Amino acid sequence: MNDKYMYSLIAVFLLALLAYLGVEAAGMDVIFGVVLPYVAVLLFIGGFVWRVMGWASSAVPFRIPTTCGQQKSFDWIEPARVDNPSTTWGVVVRMFLEIVTFRSLFRNTRMKVKSDGRITYSLELFLWLGALAFHYAFLTTLVRHFRFFLEPVPICLQWLENLDSFMQFGLPVVYMSGVVLLAAVVYLLLRRLLIVQVRYISLASDFFPLFLIGGIAFTGILMRYLSKVDIVGIKSLTMGLVTFHPVVPEGISGLFYVHLFFVTVLLAYFPFSKLMHLGGVFLSPTRNLPTDTRARRHINPWNYPVHVHTYEEYEDEFREKMIDVGLPVDKMPEPEPEEEAASAAAEAETPEAGEKE
Amino acid sequence: MNDKGKIITGLVIFFIIFTFPFWYNRGKAASVPEPVLSPTAKKAGECVRSKDYMKAEHMQLLDDWRDTVVRDGQRMVTNKHGKEFEMSLSNTCMNCHDNKAEFCDRCHNYASVRPYCWDCHIDNPKEIK
Repeated sequence: MNDKYMYSLIAVFLLALLAYLGVEAAGMDVIFGVVLPYVAVLLFIGGFVWRVMGWASSAVPFRIPTTCGQQKSFDWIEPARVDNPSTTWGVVVRMFLEIVTFRSLFRNTRMKVKSDGRITYSLELFLWLGALAFHYAFLTTLVRHFRFFLEPVPICLQWLENLDSFMQFGLPVVYMSGVVLLAAVVYLLLRRLLIVQVRYISLASDFFPLFLIGGIAFTGILMRYLSKVDIVGIKSLTMGLVTFHPVVPEGISGLFYVHLFFVTVLLAYFPFSKLMHLGGVFLSPTRNLPTDTRARRHINPWNYPVHVHTYEEYEDEFREKMIDVGLPVDKMPEPEPEEEAASAAAEAETPEAGEKE
Repeated sequence: MNDKGKIITGLVIFFIIFTFPFWYNRGKAASVPEPVLSPTAKKAGECVRSKDYMKAEHMQLLDDWRDTVVRDGQRMVTNKHGKEFEMSLSNTCMNCHDNKAEFCDRCHNYASVRPYCWDCHIDNPKEIK
């Protein structure tokens, strides 16, 4: 038993129980249906802005892009324009591919020690595949849910629904994104639980979002396919929220409030958790900077005036002594430069003779 | 380096996308659709099951009916009041609810549901017994 995932799981169960009993037993459907969602949206927006502005006001003194290919050099050497971008366009393409296809996750490798003692590093693509499935299923599910918040429902949402349900089985017709979302969450969870090294570095803050999103997907699937809910009543509630005319219709199942409360908690928890990688991925300094470390001069923004003693000043101070001991100098003193230099050179070669003179 | 301008632009774009439902509906409370019962349905008085059940589960009922008719070849069903019905969307349901636009489509459009049942089962010639 590991308290990190047990506490997260228990927390999610308690949240579900809280919403269910709060609505079904205590009749607090206005709290769970109207007040908490508004609070959560405000917390989400405020927290999101606060976190991103915190990052924005941090100085980035050094160029630290990771160079994953040939840097721009001589004209006859082909540079890696995306993996080692030297232009803004290269950076834009690199960031786009990073955000849309998670390329740095694709490079995930796993180290193994073979039976003969050799170490191998092999490509480990299942995390990348699981993450792709999870994020795209989540995005599709999220966008699909806009049908509850928009009236009339835009035609592009209907296209998405048709695409998502094009297998046309079940009634209500099964949306693939919901199934893929739950399966991907289960995979990501099992990965954390079953791979010992990953379990060792997993924290409660890694398990909690997985359980919470799993709970959201599970209650959603439950409402759509098994324990049917009053969909028109629910849309009137959600439409009331987005039009600032909140209404709480009678007879909405407690299961819906559990689903809604999970989403409310997710929104409120979002800015203060690792889920902020939604905003953070755009600010990855190893990806969003061009590799022009040598082509352009970058000055540390927090440089304070440092008292420097340049070589010229150094030589001015010690020229006489340098000449005396025969060190080369850049600038000769004005009077009789050739003679002094010649005698200095002679002295350096035959110090004993100089002494005798 | 100072990219605050770019970051704030990104935040504003995110804010606009996130609050899309708020300004798309422009604060107008859309009216909740009220399905209208046709005179035929009113005259019939009761449906195959209770109103609350039908409101939430009618698609499930139709799915079960389809399986029973197609797989078991059984066409008739008796409800708990002992009344017998033919399991048919276009012959039973839509005989009473003959106003699809005011009864079925209102909620379906509101919830963005487009059942493909009606791709075939509509306005088809009534079966002759």
